[in-house]
Amino acid sequence: MDRREFLAGTAALAGMAAASPAAAQAAEVSFFYPVAVGGPITKLIDSYAVDFEKENPGIKVRPIYAGTYQETIVKALTAHKSGTPPVTSVLLSTDMFTLIDEDAIVPFDEFITTDADRAWLRGFFPAFMENSQTGGKTWGIPFQRSTVVQYWNKDLFREAGLDPEKPPQTWAELVEFGLKLTKRDASGATTQWGVQIPSSGFPYWLFQGLSTQAGAILANPAGNRTDFTNASVVEALQYWIDLAQKHRVHPTGIVEWGTTPRDFFERKVAMMWTTTGNLTNVRTNAKFPFGVAMLPAGKRRGSPTGGGNFYISKKATRAQQEAAFRFIRWITTPERAAQWGIDTGYVAVSPASYETAAMKAYAAEFPPALVARDQLPHAVAEFSTHENQRVTKAFNDGLQAAILGSKPAAQAMAEAQAEAERILRPYR
Amino acid sequence: MTAYQRATLHGWLLLLPAMVFLALFTHWPAVASIIESFYSTPRTRRPSRFVGLDNYEGMIADPIFWRALTNNLWFAIGTIPLSIGLAILMAVWVNDRIKGQSLVRMAFFTPTILPMIAVANIWLFFFTPQYGLIEQVIGMFGGSATNWLGSKDTALYAVIVVAIWKEAGFFMIFYLAALQGISPSLGEAAAIEGASRWYYFRRVLFPLLMPTTLFVLINAMINAFRMVDHIVVMTRGGPDNATTLLLFYIYQVGFSFWDTAYAATLTCVLLAILAIMALLQYGWLEQRTHYR
Repeated sequence: MDRREFLAGTAALAGMAAASPAAAQAAEVSFFYPVAVGGPITKLIDSYAVDFEKENPGIKVRPIYAGTYQETIVKALTAHKSGTPPVTSVLLSTDMFTLIDEDAIVPFDEFITTDADRAWLRGFFPAFMENSQTGGKTWGIPFQRSTVVQYWNKDLFREAGLDPEKPPQTWAELVEFGLKLTKRDASGATTQWGVQIPSSGFPYWLFQGLSTQAGAILANPAGNRTDFTNASVVEALQYWIDLAQKHRVHPTGIVEWGTTPRDFFERKVAMMWTTTGNLTNVRTNAKFPFGVAMLPAGKRRGSPTGGGNFYISKKATRAQQEAAFRFIRWITTPERAAQWGIDTGYVAVSPASYETAAMKAYAAEFPPALVARDQLPHAVAEFSTHENQRVTKAFNDGLQAAILGSKPAAQAMAEAQAEAERILRPYR
Repeated sequence: MTAYQRATLHGWLLLLPAMVFLALFTHWPAVASIIESFYSTPRTRRPSRFVGLDNYEGMIADPIFWRALTNNLWFAIGTIPLSIGLAILMAVWVNDRIKGQSLVRMAFFTPTILPMIAVANIWLFFFTPQYGLIEQVIGMFGGSATNWLGSKDTALYAVIVVAIWKEAGFFMIFYLAALQGISPSLGEAAAIEGASRWYYFRRVLFPLLMPTTLFVLINAMINAFRMVDHIVVMTRGGPDNATTLLLFYIYQVGFSFWDTAYAATLTCVLLAILAIMALLQYGWLEQRTHYR
């Protein structure tokens, strides 16, 4: 036991001893959260806080909308450095190493004391916990999580002579269907693309679908080693490039993430890869029957998870941390996780939430809501390392360079790997 | 205390509030950045320490820094002359008495009022391949499809166009104000002397607009290094750093990578560039500017 753990232990004892009077004094829990999808998120969160306070009179929850994920972590870490951070925040699951390195968060293990707590922790989908645990400790609790899925336009499938109920199941089928779904006019200009995999901004996330399907794992669980030069990674990247350059079923150049759903609504593309978080958006805006499917398989099926976790601040008082823990425990119970998933389009975080009456009724009415869950057994942790954003940038730059054709795939990945090595060496 | 001393004291007291805020929010951060650029980024296990010129050496070896700097240079060269030229053209046009004058003025000024984030989102769809506005217009003339924001060769030009569109209307207002201050008798005299409109513009109007041009030029230069909102929305510096501008890179290093010392180093470069430009403009251009 090192000094820090010892201190945490004594603090826990002191916390328990003081638990009842502290609760009576009303601990205030400030709570930063981002909004990354459409819908009345702010209203939902506020109503959760009110409901929680009703059941737990000793605790005041103060939710603060803090912008995008990026803005939220900037605000949370700046507040941490100035000494008064929010007690809990929802930040990207991939920010875990950054937050640990900044010494900004405490692991959840010290709050998990009863058997009921332990059962609750075991209740989450393992795929989501991969991004929440490292070094034998749990640092984040899954809350608004997503994954990449494939949407397809059934009308265009029918026009192309394909079975509208059968999306491509393998890489070969994706090319085969793509060829049938790509239309060109007399001058040779493409009027309809087979498939779009967005590559702007954060190409690594979509690419991780391909690299996982090729059988590669991009980073180790300790977050201090990357594997970009793995032959499977290069193969996956080459497949993506070939979709555009060789098979010509995918637009060339960088495909914009933000406009891809609109391309799909405008019937300019028959299949798109995007987040499950777009489900409600597509459901509202697609004027044609569409389907949602797991990503096709290469050597195996695969998709990264994504989205945000709850973290608890290290600089909060023990009473505040305990109160935040109770709030997080409360908001992630199966019933609430199910409702949150239905309201937002996020994947409900535990298998039990899919067994609730509300979720069953929703899935019966709208079966695509279950695809993300069914894909989870094949899902892997979203790419995350120490100095995450810097390593990710090197990786993104390499991917974009290869997609643009300015570097061959193998060279682009070798350069990204060299940069990642340089950044990560001090963390080994 | 003499009357003179009292007046001096009053003067300083009146200046004090503004001085305090200027020092607190402008001068101190600049000085702090310079100091910080000689120290390493504090990490939990390694506190900040003096590293001399290490950060600067790292910067010189950083290809993305050079990329951002050249991009910014092209961005400046692309936006400044064109937006000023357009601004003069529009100002001269709407200064004449034409029908629907106020409507045209408002139309030209509208882009300036819109928030840059909104503008960038609109342009994102203008630039969309296949069905975007620009593609449709090009398509009508039989041109081929281009992925404007998704290709390394065109992305920077695409963001330059947005900047020009946004800025020209703003600068137009200054020229319009200046034009209204020029006596119409000059124009009448030129007309009697038989000068062509172009000659009149070149020899009379443009020199009289020089003070405005100087002011606008300074603003345009600063903006060329300051405008990054649309980059965040439209390209996030991509594809492959093709649209990474210096300030955007500073933000990324500072608030995504949390490498505050390196961000401070980059900030010093930006400060130096802006300082040199300001000196050049005030020292050299001002001598050639005619004030009445």
